[in-house]
Amino acid sequence: MELVEAIILAVLAASTPLLIAATGELVTERSGVLNLGVEGMMIVGAACGFGGAWLTGSIFIGALFGIVAGTLMSLIFALMALGLAVNQVATGLALTILGVGLSGLIGAGFVGERITPAVHLHIPGLTDIPLVGRVLFGEDGFVYFSVALVIGVWWFLYRTRAGLILRACGDNHVSAHALGYPVLRIRTFAVMFGGACAGLAGAYLPLAYTPFFIPGMTAGRGWIALALVVFSSWRPGRLVVGAYLFGAVTILQLHAQGWGVGIPSQFMSALPYLATVIVLVLLSRARTGGSTAPAALGTVFVPDR
Amino acid sequence: MRKSLLALAAGLLLAASVGAASAADKLKVGFIYLGPIGDLGWTYQHEQGRLALVKELGDKIETTYLENVPEGPDAERSIEQLVRAGNKLIFTTSFGYMDPTLKVAKKYPNVHFEHATGYKRNPNMSTYSAKWYQGRYIQGLIAAKMSKSGVLGYIGSFPIPEVVSGINATILAAQTINPNIKVKIIWANTWFDPGKEADAAKALIDQGADVIMQHTDSPAAMQIASERGKLAFGQDSEMIKFGPKTQLTSILDTWGPYYIERVKAELAGTWKSEDSWGGLDSHMFAMAPNTNMPDDVKKMAEDAQAAITSGKLHPFKCPIVGQDGKPVECKGGDHLDDGQILGMNFYVKGIDDKLPGK
Repeated sequence: MELVEAIILAVLAASTPLLIAATGELVTERSGVLNLGVEGMMIVGAACGFGGAWLTGSIFIGALFGIVAGTLMSLIFALMALGLAVNQVATGLALTILGVGLSGLIGAGFVGERITPAVHLHIPGLTDIPLVGRVLFGEDGFVYFSVALVIGVWWFLYRTRAGLILRACGDNHVSAHALGYPVLRIRTFAVMFGGACAGLAGAYLPLAYTPFFIPGMTAGRGWIALALVVFSSWRPGRLVVGAYLFGAVTILQLHAQGWGVGIPSQFMSALPYLATVIVLVLLSRARTGGSTAPAALGTVFVPDR
Repeated sequence: MRKSLLALAAGLLLAASVGAASAADKLKVGFIYLGPIGDLGWTYQHEQGRLALVKELGDKIETTYLENVPEGPDAERSIEQLVRAGNKLIFTTSFGYMDPTLKVAKKYPNVHFEHATGYKRNPNMSTYSAKWYQGRYIQGLIAAKMSKSGVLGYIGSFPIPEVVSGINATILAAQTINPNIKVKIIWANTWFDPGKEADAAKALIDQGADVIMQHTDSPAAMQIASERGKLAFGQDSEMIKFGPKTQLTSILDTWGPYYIERVKAELAGTWKSEDSWGGLDSHMFAMAPNTNMPDDVKKMAEDAQAAITSGKLHPFKCPIVGQDGKPVECKGGDHLDDGQILGMNFYVKGIDDKLPGK
């Protein structure tokens, strides 16, 4: 039983940064903008988040630093891809390269420093319930926030007028513009939201997951988040399934290796990717048939006067 | 005003050309790094080696490094980039750079290459590595003494001979203390991913391991062991900061002397393609101070280190029994020979896991 609880706790920790980053990117892409710079925004968020927490001693301020850093990075993207209508794919890739370099520069001063990681919730009585207690009532704030975030985004996209408008920009920016909606302004906000989420997801790594900063510590999680958005067919519900499934298979394959299951480790390491892709593809085929990519995704929009 | 500006510009140009001339006289030395120089593990130590080199020969050489270079085709491009930039001696510092380095070396016979931890050479390509399995043997002794559960946890990177020989050396040593010792092995299939390394450490501890060993590059596993009140060994670098009550010892890669020696040879025109594989006796690596252990264990570790350094003790002393129960052919007299260790692709008896790809 204790092992099951330990595994679930590890799964939640491994899935949380993916869920936060992917949720942000989902909103960005729903507005019609493809920002491939998630990894870059994440790693800068990690560096600034750790720096903030290290300087102030507060995890909360660290998280804010991460959010601000991610947002600023996304503004560079917005300026290039929306303001100057530069190719979005190229701009996003450049943002990642910039982010990796920038994080090394920012982080150089506090590599090797330590901080006290984010505290885990503890409600006497509730947290002590066997099996479910620590899973439900013993997480760090980031985990609860990520759940609230994805529910909030779902509600926003499908239950509010603003969400409808945002999706309209992503599906047909010409019509949205003709109806008088400020497409570029809406997209800029969506890009900033994506950046804020990526920054927070990055900050999660040094603030809660492995409480130190090392350049390159995101180790490709931004790319996994990007892939999750695509395979979830741009739907928040499936995104949750995908992120937790990826985390679960990642952790379970490590345990399977420890138990000595005789499957080659190289295959086991590939398993999270395979399992997530297969399940999400099956999910999207079962319900609607085919992908539901925002129709204007990645296309440049230059409004006429 | 205008004249003085012109003079200033001319002066600057002159200074720039003088600078370029003197820079051209210096030997250009390039480094390709796998991780970021701040990884506090593998790449960090190579960077320390480069810094030692600059400190020693900085007036005669000019060094460049490229960090975060992935193994594979990208590496080839990066190595070639250093060649085009005029580097005459290039160190490529990870196993996966072996084939890319060889390919570029064949293309540029006038440039000298040094590849760390590989086995392919060329007239203009040397290899260098250290006998870390010696350090792992010492760690195995300590681990067996310190483990209460009798289960050790081992985080592997990739199932290549260097890592496999490390696991075997560890378990052979541990068996001399506790014949029934168990080792649980998790392959991360990456050299550097702190999150995954931490997850692997958690999984090993959750499954009962109380001493964690790693062949991956970040201090994440050390930190998890520290959080959970277990023991661990550092990797490549001093990691005691991340586990003041956790680190038993750590293998320390000390590349500085080697880099200085090879660059001096290059400057003197005596550089030759060589295979350098040194152990504790040649100071290719060192062991961090033994901490967090009783005095008798500390003494045992120090004695073992002295015996290995003097050549009295060989970690792969025959007879060695393979996992299949059959004795391993002993080519080196009373111990396995270097070739067998460098190409090790089997587990010894007592490891009840399967070697990936076997």
